[in-house]
Amino acid sequence: MTTRTAAAALVTCTALLTATGCSSSFGNDPKTTQDSGGQQHLTVLIATSGDAETDAVKEATAAYAKESGNTVTVQVAKDMNQQLAQAFAGHKPPDVFYVNSDQFANYAKAGSLYAYGDRIPDANAFSAQLRASFTHDGKLVCLPKDTSTLALAVNTRLWKKAGLTDRDYPTTWAQLATVARKLTGGKVTGLVTSNEYQRLGVFMKQAGGWVTDPGQKRMTADSAANAKGLAFVQSMLKSGVMKYAQQVDAGWAGEAFGKGRAAMTIEGNWLTGAMKLDYPGVDYKVVELPAGPAGKATLAFSNCWGVATGSAHRAAAVDLVKYLSTDKQQLAFADAFGVMPSRTGALAEFARRDPGAKAWADGTRYAQGPVTIAGFDKVLGQFNTDLQSLRTTDPKTILAALQRNGGQALTKGD
Amino acid sequence: MPRTARRGEGAWGWLFVSPMVLVLGLFLVLPILMALWVSLLHWDGQSNPFSSRAHFVGLDNYRSLLTEDGLDRTLFATSLRNNAYYVLLTVPLQTLLALVLALVVNQRMLRGRSALRTAFFFPSVTSSIAVSTVFLFLFQGSGAVNTLLAWAGVKGPNWYADPRGVLSLLLGALGLVDPDHPVGVLANHSILGLSWYQWLSGPSVAMCTIILLSVWTTSGTFMLIFLAALQDIPRELEESAAIEGAGRFQMLRYVTLPALRPVLFLVLTLGLISTWQVFDQVYVMSRGAPGNTTLTPAYLSYSSAFGDSDFGQGAAIAFVLLALILGLTALQRLALRERTPRTRRNR
Repeated sequence: MTTRTAAAALVTCTALLTATGCSSSFGNDPKTTQDSGGQQHLTVLIATSGDAETDAVKEATAAYAKESGNTVTVQVAKDMNQQLAQAFAGHKPPDVFYVNSDQFANYAKAGSLYAYGDRIPDANAFSAQLRASFTHDGKLVCLPKDTSTLALAVNTRLWKKAGLTDRDYPTTWAQLATVARKLTGGKVTGLVTSNEYQRLGVFMKQAGGWVTDPGQKRMTADSAANAKGLAFVQSMLKSGVMKYAQQVDAGWAGEAFGKGRAAMTIEGNWLTGAMKLDYPGVDYKVVELPAGPAGKATLAFSNCWGVATGSAHRAAAVDLVKYLSTDKQQLAFADAFGVMPSRTGALAEFARRDPGAKAWADGTRYAQGPVTIAGFDKVLGQFNTDLQSLRTTDPKTILAALQRNGGQALTKGD
Repeated sequence: MPRTARRGEGAWGWLFVSPMVLVLGLFLVLPILMALWVSLLHWDGQSNPFSSRAHFVGLDNYRSLLTEDGLDRTLFATSLRNNAYYVLLTVPLQTLLALVLALVVNQRMLRGRSALRTAFFFPSVTSSIAVSTVFLFLFQGSGAVNTLLAWAGVKGPNWYADPRGVLSLLLGALGLVDPDHPVGVLANHSILGLSWYQWLSGPSVAMCTIILLSVWTTSGTFMLIFLAALQDIPRELEESAAIEGAGRFQMLRYVTLPALRPVLFLVLTLGLISTWQVFDQVYVMSRGAPGNTTLTPAYLSYSSAFGDSDFGQGAAIAFVLLALILGLTALQRLALRERTPRTRRNR
């Protein structure tokens, strides 16, 4: 019996060793030999918002291919996070890909992203907050692909119906509460937004607080300023002049806004495309968010153009990113699918061409970039879950939980 | 038989089953062992977990799930609570429904039996993703279900946005607790980071729709299993029972059900295992929302692996789940074992 067990153990061990030794997917060598040939083949993986974006990226990469002599294949991801994680683990990553800001830190920390910031001579031309968000260990890792900020969208018909004029656009919290109260009535709610820190965070920032310190090294969630910001939101929720999108049976705030259930909403410039597509008959105006006790504030979002450390064509990949990030190309993307350029110069041009988007473009000057810390997906997810019950829960309790969870994730990550 | 001959036979036996053993070992046992190893690492999915560069952390991943106070444990406990309610409701309901359906379509006098069998079995062969999407539309705030309820004069909830537990709603309606501000013993004691109140508040309204969906989809499969077993019961047995003067209920209680016992065990075991692993409905319909009340261990394992690049933690969750399922199956086996006639008479 003992011999048989020993034999079985031996066979199992041999099988284990053979299988791991033979598997090609787990290469031991993290250095990838660079391809120095004249004609290289690049793959680009994108998470697209629709056909317009896919076509625009394909067109741009085709133009690059023609100019450089390299070939480029564009693939559209169905589940970006999962596909990228598998590609990294299998050491077969795409050369160039979109990196979502909430996954950026995980990839950068693991060394999957090739930090090409020092090879971009005019990196300073990109928005400073976004560069800060895509910096890891003091190095700019990847270039922001585009930018979005939040602004206040107002339904003009409901605005007039409530007896409000152009002079009444709110510039302070008190005014926001007042107009929201005037606009609320019947099936209309004054302000509708989603229960995420990606929206409600503007009030924390406007009160002078934020989730972390500017260097993203320390949690500052339990500050009095944050509590003040959320307490204001809570007072609006309690009085019924503000509701979450789910409460008015909408998938997202834009739907509630388009269907006229919300007179105001806080959304980014993607709202333009959605309104044009789904609710072309609804007139609306976009104004800057009202200022809080600590002044104006909004939030900025972005993806970046990641280049894989495991790519054999890093030089060509960086070349492609440079090509896709020129003023001209960013404006072409803006025209095609409504994103805002991440270059400050191109952004000014964009705002000049499209006056309706001025409030969003102006917001970039005082916007707060996204939180990019490794392992923070679940921390912020839990914060969003807690925000759902903000109406009945003390803001300090919610923020204390965020402080604790974030602190633990920071310690674990070090 | 001489010892040598028997040993020779054994060797031949091993030779003949070796292809299957190899396939099973390579694609089943080996990956499980690899995952077990990963669950002991702090692995972000980027390097070779079987090299010296792997960051071995021992039982840390398990510790943060079970003993350390923190977000990981709270989320895991929440997912266990949600899934426990899911299992508690889904398994009995689907088994009962499947049994009733099987008894109905087993009636020899019933007209259109095969049409009914097909109809009842249909949800099982439909893709769970498609069914989940249809349910999403049915249970929208302004969806078909709420429209029906409105005709009956009931204002339906906003199903997928309602994180309130149904038990706490019931107690709240009776005036026993205030669901918004629980106080007293229930709120002040906690296990695994969740207060007793949170443990006892029941499945959320959103979770109930998922329970409804899985009862509807799986009962067809189990109906088929019951049906096969019912048709295996010898007719003589039923006839002699009828001659003895057994009524329909007595027939069911003393003839049919005892004959179905092994199949009942099979159905319960299959149900128990699959309900503890529920993933696709959660992935499609809710992703854990609202308020983490549809979070399940399987989905949590996926999200910590692919959302937080913490594959070690994800693997650890999977193994705790495995241990849980094995334990519960053993318990169930104990409860449903064949009792000897003597003990029955003594009762």
